[in-house]
Amino acid sequence: MQQFTVHSGRAVPLRRSNVDTDQIIPAVYLKRVTRSGFADGLFASWRRDPDFILNDPRYDGASVLVAGPDFGIGSSREHAVWALQDYGFRVVLSVRFADIFRSNALKGGLLAAVITQSAVERLWELVEADQSTPVTVDLTEREVRCGALSVPFEVDDYARWRLLEGLDDIGLTLRHDADIAAYEFRRSNLFPAVPV
Amino acid sequence: MSEDSQAAGRNPARTLAQKVWESHLVRRAVGEPDLLYIDLHLLHEVTSPQAFDGLRQAGRGVRRPDLTVATEDHNVPTDSLSGPIVDAVSRLQVETLRRNCADFGVRLFPMGDQDQGIVHVIGPQLGLTQPGMTIVCGDSHTSTHGALGALAFGIGTSEVEHVLATQTLALMPFKTMAVTVDGTLAPGVTAKDLILAVIARIGTSGGQGHVIEYRGEAIRALSMEARMTVCNMSIEAGARAGMIAPDDTTIDYLHRRPYSPSGPRWDEAVVRWRMLLTDEGAVFDKEVVLDAADITPFVTWGTNPGQGAPLSANVPDPAEIADPVERAAAENALKYMDLVPGMPLREVVVDTVFVGSCTNGRIEDLRAAASVLRGRRLAEGVRMLVVPGSAKVRREAEAEGLDRVFTAAGADWRFAGCSMCLGMNPDQLAPGERSASTSNRNFEGRQGPGGRTHLVSPYVAAATAVVGRLASPAELAPKSG
Ligand code: SF4
Repeated sequence: MQQFTVHSGRAVPLRRSNVDTDQIIPAVYLKRVTRSGFADGLFASWRRDPDFILNDPRYDGASVLVAGPDFGIGSSREHAVWALQDYGFRVVLSVRFADIFRSNALKGGLLAAVITQSAVERLWELVEADQSTPVTVDLTEREVRCGALSVPFEVDDYARWRLLEGLDDIGLTLRHDADIAAYEFRRSNLFPAVPV
Repeated sequence: MSEDSQAAGRNPARTLAQKVWESHLVRRAVGEPDLLYIDLHLLHEVTSPQAFDGLRQAGRGVRRPDLTVATEDHNVPTDSLSGPIVDAVSRLQVETLRRNCADFGVRLFPMGDQDQGIVHVIGPQLGLTQPGMTIVCGDSHTSTHGALGALAFGIGTSEVEHVLATQTLALMPFKTMAVTVDGTLAPGVTAKDLILAVIARIGTSGGQGHVIEYRGEAIRALSMEARMTVCNMSIEAGARAGMIAPDDTTIDYLHRRPYSPSGPRWDEAVVRWRMLLTDEGAVFDKEVVLDAADITPFVTWGTNPGQGAPLSANVPDPAEIADPVERAAAENALKYMDLVPGMPLREVVVDTVFVGSCTNGRIEDLRAAASVLRGRRLAEGVRMLVVPGSAKVRREAEAEGLDRVFTAAGADWRFAGCSMCLGMNPDQLAPGERSASTSNRNFEGRQGPGGRTHLVSPYVAAATAVVGRLASPAELAPKSG
């Protein structure tokens, strides 16, 4: 996984709540069998609207998405994370994320960080007033900074440690292979098995 | 389950979810997520290819192919089983699943197999879903399996790879929430209306981080399949999972299923299942109580499943919503749905009706829809798709003559798959088309770009098809003959 310590980049204000993963990437774009190439699908139906924020050239090259509450609800598709990353996003900020989206994001190295709604609104205002304002997201300090604004964000300790170190989950778990084998030994034999 | 709730007072009484969680602990260490053993891992073609690729790149195998089962559901065409899938990209995805299952020794139920179907329909149907198990799938509606007292939840593709490689997941404990529904549902009011009412009450993030346990008299009275409808949509309330404690209904349902235990093992299993209940005095992190008598046929008017109202109500007026974020969301939704505030929901004209999906694609759902359509015809200009949730559901329906009821009414009778629930196959809404759908998501474009979706029960779906407007069976004229 890609390591994450501090990131600075321009931000896009996405003034919408309940952005579901069908909006982030519609189902018709899920047919690839690879982990990349999903950038075209990102917000595909909204991007057909010329007034949609990502079609505003002033936000080209932005890497921080500042979204309304309940970002990433709905389908568990990790393609939503891949599409955001392929498009160039490294951070999403919101007051609330859906559980599966957040877990997928943190596993894939996309920092989904929780800030207060008033911080979201301050960032929206700052970025809309000057699109070139850089936003800095500092995982070491758990802090978002933009101009004079500095706000803390929430991310659980374990996820933070893994991101800072860029550790691979499967590798971490396999360190406990003996525990898994011991569990399998004592596990109930009443549960079903499906031999091929 | 959350450590706070446990530490608080050291209450020895535990919830059902805590019991299942704790019996699957491989490892627990301070400051780290729990390592949880997974009893059953279900796969489908959309969220698994990148996981298998990851295994190959790392030179890893599937640790427990015998606890792993795959099916083809999301992409499969439902109009015909003959010939290859026409869409080249869909075909590639299905072929990739076949190759991955062959390479890694995983049991697959492919298109045309007698046990193929939507992943959340076939698990319970085969008896693979049993009380007290941990079940995961790269699919958010895995919560369905909780209806049988399993702890079942959706995961992302990275986690799919993790489970394939280790048969475990590293997770922070979920919180617990009780949704108690007292009283009795009125006739014609279904599990779908109940869960839509729950979601409208608690919102799309009301269950966030929690496992919901559904309890109370109205839940106890539900059939096994109706319980699956309820648990299925837990994710629409933001919850990780939904569960219902096993009882006689559960045990009767599991009896003699292909993968249910048999002989003395059956008796032993039943004894264990009966212990799977929330202890008296156990504390939930959150509790909600509803009265079943207050629930009437329920439909959604907006673009998330929390934006719903009784069918007898009017389209809400965003101006009356106090919360500015909610208000903006309602305004956007009405614009997308092309609805005006104050309009009676019963006047909303619908062109397409979809009966199917892992929410309402089981035999009881098809019986409900058929009971309304028998002796009636679809309204002029309405198309209706009836898509069974599995090949077995299709066979059962045909044995009961339901297929003839649907076709005589003018509906399309299809093969099993996800179909118009998400429109990955050719079953889609055209831009601007409006559906009454028994599926679970009314997000913008979910059933096809520009399509508009109203979530409804199978009864309301069938009545709507007859009237051409959102309707409940109670409004229909008596049958002609
Ligand atoms: S029927 Fe719909 S919700 Fe259910 S698994 Fe298929 S696509 Fe997902």
